[in-house]
Parts: sequence; structure tokens; C-alpha cells
Amino acid sequence: MNIYSYVLRRLLYTIPVLLGVCLIIFVLFNLVAPDPAFILLGKHATQIQIDQLHHELGLDRSFIVQYFDIVKSSFTFDFGYSWATKQNIYEMIKNGAGPSLSITGPLFIISNIVAISLALLVAFYRGKLIDKVMLIVSIGGMSIPSLAVVLFGQYYFGYKLGWFEISGYERGFPGFVPYVILPVILYTFISFGADTRFYRTVILDEVYQDYVRTARSKGLNEMVIMFKHVLKNSMIPILTNIIIQIPTLILGLLFAESFFSIPGLGSMTINAINNSDFPVIKAMTILSALGFMLFGIITDVAYTMVDPRMRLK
Amino acid sequence: MQSNVKQSPSLFKSALSRIVSDKLSLIALIVVGIYFFVAFLVSIGVLAADWGKEVAASYAEPSSLVWFGADIFGRSVFVKVIKATETAVMLGIVVSMISMFIGAGLGMLAGFFGGLVDEIIVWFYTTVSSIPGIMLLVAIAFILGKGTTSVFLSLGLTSWVGLCRIIRAEVMKHKDREYVQAANALGASNSRKLLKHILPNVSHLLIINFTQTFDSAIKAEVILSFLGLSVVGRPSWGGMIDDAKLELGRGVWWQLGAATMAMFFIVLAFNVLGDALRDALDPKLKGK
Repeated sequence: MNIYSYVLRRLLYTIPVLLGVCLIIFVLFNLVAPDPAFILLGKHATQIQIDQLHHELGLDRSFIVQYFDIVKSSFTFDFGYSWATKQNIYEMIKNGAGPSLSITGPLFIISNIVAISLALLVAFYRGKLIDKVMLIVSIGGMSIPSLAVVLFGQYYFGYKLGWFEISGYERGFPGFVPYVILPVILYTFISFGADTRFYRTVILDEVYQDYVRTARSKGLNEMVIMFKHVLKNSMIPILTNIIIQIPTLILGLLFAESFFSIPGLGSMTINAINNSDFPVIKAMTILSALGFMLFGIITDVAYTMVDPRMRLK
Repeated sequence: MQSNVKQSPSLFKSALSRIVSDKLSLIALIVVGIYFFVAFLVSIGVLAADWGKEVAASYAEPSSLVWFGADIFGRSVFVKVIKATETAVMLGIVVSMISMFIGAGLGMLAGFFGGLVDEIIVWFYTTVSSIPGIMLLVAIAFILGKGTTSVFLSLGLTSWVGLCRIIRAEVMKHKDREYVQAANALGASNSRKLLKHILPNVSHLLIINFTQTFDSAIKAEVILSFLGLSVVGRPSWGGMIDDAKLELGRGVWWQLGAATMAMFFIVLAFNVLGDALRDALDPKLKGK
């Protein structure tokens, strides 16, 4: 099967999945959720007010029409207006993307470099002391709740020692830098344990393969084997894991942002939850699902291109 | 006729003996046991029944009288942590059960029957997994509103996809094996083949999954607490950590410290145990 028909087939398959995502959103927000009239108008609204609001929000139409409204918004990106701020949601997302990217971008690069380097190191010295120490440190790091890390880091490094800005944000390039340093450090710490262990497993899976034994029996030295043979072959799952993180860059760091008062998409979503702002939550759910699907396809296509074994499936 | 063949120990028996013989996993097993025992004692009212009682001044510092200090209402943080152990263990168990029920159930159906059933189930979990977990969790928790049941449900409904995938793939491999064919030849019904023959052969995956779901449920509860969507009327570690938002500025670190430590040890123990179980129960690695 050639690559084009594979891509086409994958793209076609996103349609039922997207319809499914819209269905979940519809069931959650239009069927199960409490009547938005109570949220927007309070307890003492009259029936006329409620009816009028239902009409404004389009809730008096049939379920099918309401469902297809959601489907339509996932193609047009016209998500309507926020209930809380009355702003156009598309504009809100455009404004929030920059700040989000300014923190998730550096975090993405730094945390992956740290995790892969550490994984190579421990895989190279597998079974030695450094491997064991790193194992303890990674599992230990994974076991601390991220909220506790953030709170402690903010208190100790930001407040007590005064090394970093505790919270706040400034738009524009050099301006934002001081505000993102602490969150990037803390979130690298939060994620390195799981990532390092994942990459280590991936690399070790290759280390025991026959081709490595062959390479070794040819008398190649360990360094060449590690970097030329093993790393190349383990690159596929490593890349997969990296590409799949990309949509979260756009989604933003849900909690870090509101903690560090960074006006990105993460804070926007948290505010929407606190204000029962359905349209914004819906829009973010659709957007993040689209991002996941798109990068899922990119990952799989990249997979097929680099790994001939996958092409036959 | 007396057989000379020595019966080899069952997978679970040999796994258990492997875990017990490894010092680190044995410690992890004991730690988990202690937490479960404490949770049990709390649930029958032996421990921490009076967690709501005022025992010291508001935000009293840790002392020999109140071991981990007091919270804003003068309640002992130590007793709260003990009480919250019950919440956490209950949460971990219930959420794992929900996720196991949905994940294993759908996975077995999809893997065994294939065809249209498989297509629909694969479509369903692809759909669920294309919504980022945290968004779905938050959305469901938000829709269901505050309360313990809502926390259980939202965490359970969002943590079954991984298990479903694995079970589906594994059942697909097993359904054409000789032992299933043999059961088929004996006229076993589909449900008998699935539950009596295939399920025991994939059950190790359920146990490994339990340790993972337990961990992630406890961790996710912190996130829900932060959003004000967590359990009400009883203390939880997440709630205590969340309280620290306002406390740290005044130098009150003991609630954060105590809850984090309590969480740290059980999550760590389950991490270690999960790894040990995976090594011990994965038949492919048996004997290595």
C-alpha cells in the first residue's frame, strides 16, 4: 500500500472520530449538563426569561440541529461568544496562544533534551550505580504530586530565595522570559521521571536485539553501537513520543498557567471552568481533540516512512 | 497412574514468590498493605473518627502535642491525613474497578467478536482518546458537579482506554490458540470461552493495570481539588495540598508537607510494585 492512500485513509477515518468527539461534547454539555439558564440567570429567573435565553442560545431547537452546530464549529472554528466575557472565542484563543507557546515551547525542547540525554546515559551504564540512583530519583520524582512541586517551588525559589518571578506575565519577546523560567524548571522536573524511564525502556528494548549482538561480535566498540545502531533504531518510538506532545503545546499547561498567572489557553480554560463558561470549554475540547488527531496522523505517517515493516499493515 | 512430571508453579504463585523474594518489592507490598489496613481501620471507625475536632489553635505549629500542626480550623493535620487515607484508598479501588470493568469488558468483546463489534468499540475508544485526558476529566467532573460519586465516575470514565487497547490485542491473539479451539470443540459457549478460558490468561494485565490506575487516580484527585471539583465533606490529600495555596504565604507548610508525604509513599510503592508485577507476571519474561 502506498503512502498516499494510507494518509488518505487515515484522514477519512478522522471524520467518524471527529463526529464522535462532537457527540461526546453534545451529550456532556447539551444533554447531561444542568440547564445553562440557571447558571446565567440565577435561581429567580422567570419562565419568560428562561425561554428567551434558550432561544438566544439555540437550545429550543431540535437535538439534531444542536449537534450539527457543534460539528459545524469544528470545521469553521466559529465557536461563538464566551458567556463570561462576551468576547469572540476565536479571538480569545488567538490571544492566548502566544503566551501559552512562550512557556510550552521552551519546556518542550528542554524537557525532551534532558530526558533523552539522561535515558542514553542510564541505558549506557545500565545496571551500574548511576542507573540505580537515577531509577530512584525518577520514580521518586514521579510520585510527588505536581501541584505540590509547583507550590513548593513557587514558595521556596520565588518567595523565599527571590530568584525568580513568582507570577505575572509580560507580552513580547524579552519581556516574558523572566516569568517563564520557574515554570519551565518545575515542569521539567515534574515530567523528567516518566519520560526518562520511557526512553530508557525503549533504548533497552533495542540493546538486547540480535543486530546489537552481531555488531558487538564484529568487535565494534560500545559507543558506536549505542549511538549508531541502538539510537537510530530506538528513534521511532522516541519520535512518536515527542510528536504526540506537540498538541499539548497549543493546549497550554492547564494548571501551571493559572498558577503563574500566564494569560494563555490553560488559564483561559480554567477560568471557563470556574465560570461555567460552556462555549469556551467546548471550543477548547474540540480544538485539543483536533490537535491530537492531526498529530496522531503525522506520527503514524512518520512511522510508516521510517519503518518499512509498518508499510505492509 | 502416577505422573513423574513435576507440576510447574502457576503464574501467580511464581510471581508472588518472586515479589516476596525481592527486597524492594516486598517493602512496597508491605507499604501498600499498611495503607490499606489504615484505610480499613478508618472506615470501621477505629481511627480518625474525630478528625473534625478542634485540638489546637488555628494554624498551630507542629509540636509534640499536634504532630503535624493544625489547619485553619485547629484540626490536627495528622488525623486529617489518616482520615484522607481512607478517601484515597477508596478512590483508587473504585476508580480502578470502574476502569477495569469498562476497559476489560469492551476490550474482550472487541477482540473476541471482531467485525462490526470491533469496529464500533475501536471507534469509540479512538474517539475518547482523541480528547486529551485532562480536558475530558475536567469536563466530565464539571458536568457531574461536586461530590464523591462524581469524582469516582469522572476518573473511572476517563481511565479505561489503555486497558481496553491491551486487552483487545491480547484477546485477539488468544482466541485462535489451541486451548480455545479445544474449548470450542467441546461445545463451550462464547461467554464460557471468554470468561472461563481467555480471561484467566489475560488477567495479569488487569493486575498490572490496577496499580497504574490506582496511582493516577490519586494523583488526578489533586487536580480536581485544585478546580474545586473534588470530594466534599471529608478530607482528601488533594484538598489538603490545594489548601496550601493560601497557607504557604503565611509560612504554614505542614498541611502541604504531610499530605504530600502521605501521597508520596503510596504512589511510590505502587510504582515499584507495578514494575515488579509486570516483570513477574509477563510470561514472555518468565525465567529471565
